Amino acid sequence: MKLAYWMYAGPAHIGTLRVASSFKNVHAVMHAPLGDDYFNVMRSMLERERDFTPVTASIVDRHVLARGSQEKVANNTNRKDEEQRPDLIVLTPTCTSSILQEDLQNFADRASISSMSDVILADVNYYRVNELQAADRTLEQIIRHYLTKAIGEGTLNRSITDTPSANIIGIFTLGSHNQHDCRELKRLLQGLGILINQIIPEGGSLRDLIDLPRAWSNIIPYREVGLMTANFLEKEFGMPYVSITPVGLLDTAEFIGQIEKYINIWAPVLLQGKVNYESYVINQTKFVSQAAWFSKSIDCQNLTGKEAVVSGDATHASSITKILVKEMGIRVRCSGTYCRHDNEWFNEQVQGLCDEVLVTEDHTEVGDATARIEPSAIFGTQMERHTGKRINIPCGVIPSPVHIQNFPLGYRPFLGYEGTNQIADSVYNSFNPGMEDYLPDVFGGHDTKEVVTKLLSNEKDLEWTTESQLELSKIPGFVRGKIKKNTEMFAKQNNISIITIDVMYAAKEGLSS
Amino acid sequence: MKTLDTTFECETGNYHTFCPISCVARLYQKIEDSFFLVVGTKTCGYFLQNALGVMIFAEPRYAMAELEEGDISAQLNDQEELKRICIKIKRDRNPSVIIWIGTCTTEIIKMDLEGIAPKPEKELGVPIVVARANGLDYAFTQGEDTVSAAMAHRCPKLNNTINQNTKSTIGNTDESETRTGSSDFEERKLENQNLVLLGSLPSNVASQLNLELKRQSINVSGWLPPQKYTQLPSLGEGVYACGVNPFLSRTATTLMRRRKCHLIGAPFPIGPDGTRAWIEKICYAFGLNPQGLKEREEQIWKGLTEYTTLVNGKSVFFMGDNLLEISLARFLIRCGMIVYEIGIPYMDKRYQAAELSLSKSTCKSMNTPMPRIVEKPDNYNQVQRMHELKPDLAITGMAHANPLEARGIDTKWSVEFTFAQIHGFTNARDVLELVTRPLRRNRGLSLPGWNNLLKQTIYD
Repeated sequence: MKLAYWMYAGPAHIGTLRVASSFKNVHAVMHAPLGDDYFNVMRSMLERERDFTPVTASIVDRHVLARGSQEKVANNTNRKDEEQRPDLIVLTPTCTSSILQEDLQNFADRASISSMSDVILADVNYYRVNELQAADRTLEQIIRHYLTKAIGEGTLNRSITDTPSANIIGIFTLGSHNQHDCRELKRLLQGLGILINQIIPEGGSLRDLIDLPRAWSNIIPYREVGLMTANFLEKEFGMPYVSITPVGLLDTAEFIGQIEKYINIWAPVLLQGKVNYESYVINQTKFVSQAAWFSKSIDCQNLTGKEAVVSGDATHASSITKILVKEMGIRVRCSGTYCRHDNEWFNEQVQGLCDEVLVTEDHTEVGDATARIEPSAIFGTQMERHTGKRINIPCGVIPSPVHIQNFPLGYRPFLGYEGTNQIADSVYNSFNPGMEDYLPDVFGGHDTKEVVTKLLSNEKDLEWTTESQLELSKIPGFVRGKIKKNTEMFAKQNNISIITIDVMYAAKEGLSS
Repeated sequence: MKTLDTTFECETGNYHTFCPISCVARLYQKIEDSFFLVVGTKTCGYFLQNALGVMIFAEPRYAMAELEEGDISAQLNDQEELKRICIKIKRDRNPSVIIWIGTCTTEIIKMDLEGIAPKPEKELGVPIVVARANGLDYAFTQGEDTVSAAMAHRCPKLNNTINQNTKSTIGNTDESETRTGSSDFEERKLENQNLVLLGSLPSNVASQLNLELKRQSINVSGWLPPQKYTQLPSLGEGVYACGVNPFLSRTATTLMRRRKCHLIGAPFPIGPDGTRAWIEKICYAFGLNPQGLKEREEQIWKGLTEYTTLVNGKSVFFMGDNLLEISLARFLIRCGMIVYEIGIPYMDKRYQAAELSLSKSTCKSMNTPMPRIVEKPDNYNQVQRMHELKPDLAITGMAHANPLEARGIDTKWSVEFTFAQIHGFTNARDVLELVTRPLRRNRGLSLPGWNNLLKQTIYD
């Protein structure tokens, strides 16, 4: 047993439902007790979805405990089949069904005999995988199911398209900013003259899956979901895939470079010549994206050496760390992720970019590290935003988990060249803007109230003189707390009970030497 | 018990509602010195953290004891594990009581929480109350019912000889004031009153109801659950109990059968009509004549005219998820609305008997037929019915609210009724404030042709 207040990644069935409900005309039937259909609320609220979420529960109650689900699951499946005629019904196990150990596969098989829809059982172990791993697995399972079936029926189309094309894999429901990222990716590929073959699972139709292998390559924008599918497609059809996330200028350039490489495998034959995207990248970097110019501008100069803590899923945390360090000159004290299963990859990515790496699912560990480090800004999930609020450090929210405000109506991609603009804005706004921070402090500060309350220290045996208090108030807000702490520590170490200006300076000198 | 000739229907039970463990949200705030430990899986935790949103970040006094594979396969000792966690909780938070919430998983693996609890309770010196609020057996607000019922066992036994002492410690500070103002006869009556009210209400609503009863010279001797665990009311023979919420049937049963209390069957104090009927029933139980209630009710109704004119003649459809439905529907019918259907997760016809008969007489006086009451509704079928009936308002969970709005049916999110202050004369306005919000929003909007905003019509 684990004492837990909060978790970053949800339970496995959420991942399965996210994938299933993203496809067009796919229905998920959960084998779950009353109240476990909370996924429908999240989709309806966070995504502001206009349609009914295609998820129903086959309710597990006392009756089921006594007799087993027997006809119930099959009946509910058949009923959905008749009512809504989905192409596929995904029978979804939950924590409850994995303890009951009923033969759900058998129910799925039975239901598929009597219904028009295909019925499959999501093959995920509740106690071994989390939401993201389950989503990855389910996506692969569905793709594999339909492609294997097509191979069997001989309907699979293996000829690649005449012009370069790509599949985008891993865009799905309740992925924060996924819709915007998808649009930006489309724009990017369009700019490169690459056709979008298919986008899955979001809005994808199962009938079209047979055309999946026609693309020249696959694009996996987020490594959490899609890699398994990409691996399967590579093994089965020799399709190469790009798993670099195009976040930030450097990675976007690398992403395009990789695509170029894959296109040039076929280009000499099909396009009578190789493609070269170098000039496109330069043009976009210099003029479409403002991020390169921002890095060079004096605004960004003020951010030099400022300290940040990063935490999030593996994709976003590593990308943001890279941007902060390599593109903006910010010092990342700690970079972390809750994707423990991807520990190795994450470590490799952020190696040499940050002082420490923190891989944990426990939000209090992240909070403690943040409080200890006292960075000028945090880039993390909603939880880190709240930590930041508590210890008065601004936070830029990167997915995920997220709240409804991270499903913005306006266009806010993280990926591609527009994404670099959005991230630059978010980073710049998260740090206290340079002049705004600096000027009030020069003139004694407009936040005098805050200074007074901050001085209500718990250390009863330490007393700040009026002069030293005044001096403290002159120190810029974002380092004030730290200086105060350091001075008090110094005073304690040297058995000083009254802190004068002299002590303050002595402390500063003592610590810097 | 009286039986009513109302027809009840029962559907498949495929409906959306909150898991009953959501009761911790209300209860940890109500019982100030408590700590709620939900013994369950990630699924439970995920529900809680998403459903309770912001509250999670305010250092809540509740947590998950998250079951891992070792717990399920019995490789770990449940008692040791729970003890270890409770020691940590005691060290960090030092609560007066720890409430273990059993979930579906603990039911299925038959973890004997009641059997396990006494040992750590003794070793820790902190009472451990066990409530099984799981989705196998209960819906949403019934979670609170199981917790209250479990607590009823911990209430001290009423000792008639020290009755007066316990009463004064419970702290009706202005008791003396009432005494000086009332005659000898009434005073004697007061001494024999022992009224415990059931239901967790925000403290200001609780004191509003206390005050309403005080106007009738009735002193409330305690609430279950109380503001603090250390203030559990005394129970025993001679104690009268009355519910303020329609979902407390287990608690009521426990009080009657196990603690020998006398239950006052009354409609629930929701809406001015309900509040008046509720007070009257309590008065009759104590042999008092209700004073000035008619005038008070009329005065409240007068204050609501602005809202009642807005809802008058409008139709409403309750999909059903929190058991407040009968009382709310009765109030809305009295406001002039037409109720097409009352969906409800579970209908205790005995506990709600007085409420049902008030509903019936309300329908008669308003000259509308008694709406169909659908127990364990089927949401899919309900949406089909709604499609035909085209109600002006659907009171429904959030899973359906946005999709219905996109189809041109105005909705009110039902969970708000469980968190808003809806009890008593004073809060009748708040109920209508909620109910009329979508109607008022529409009046403010001018969206020609924007009523149906479906992307595609795949649904009919």
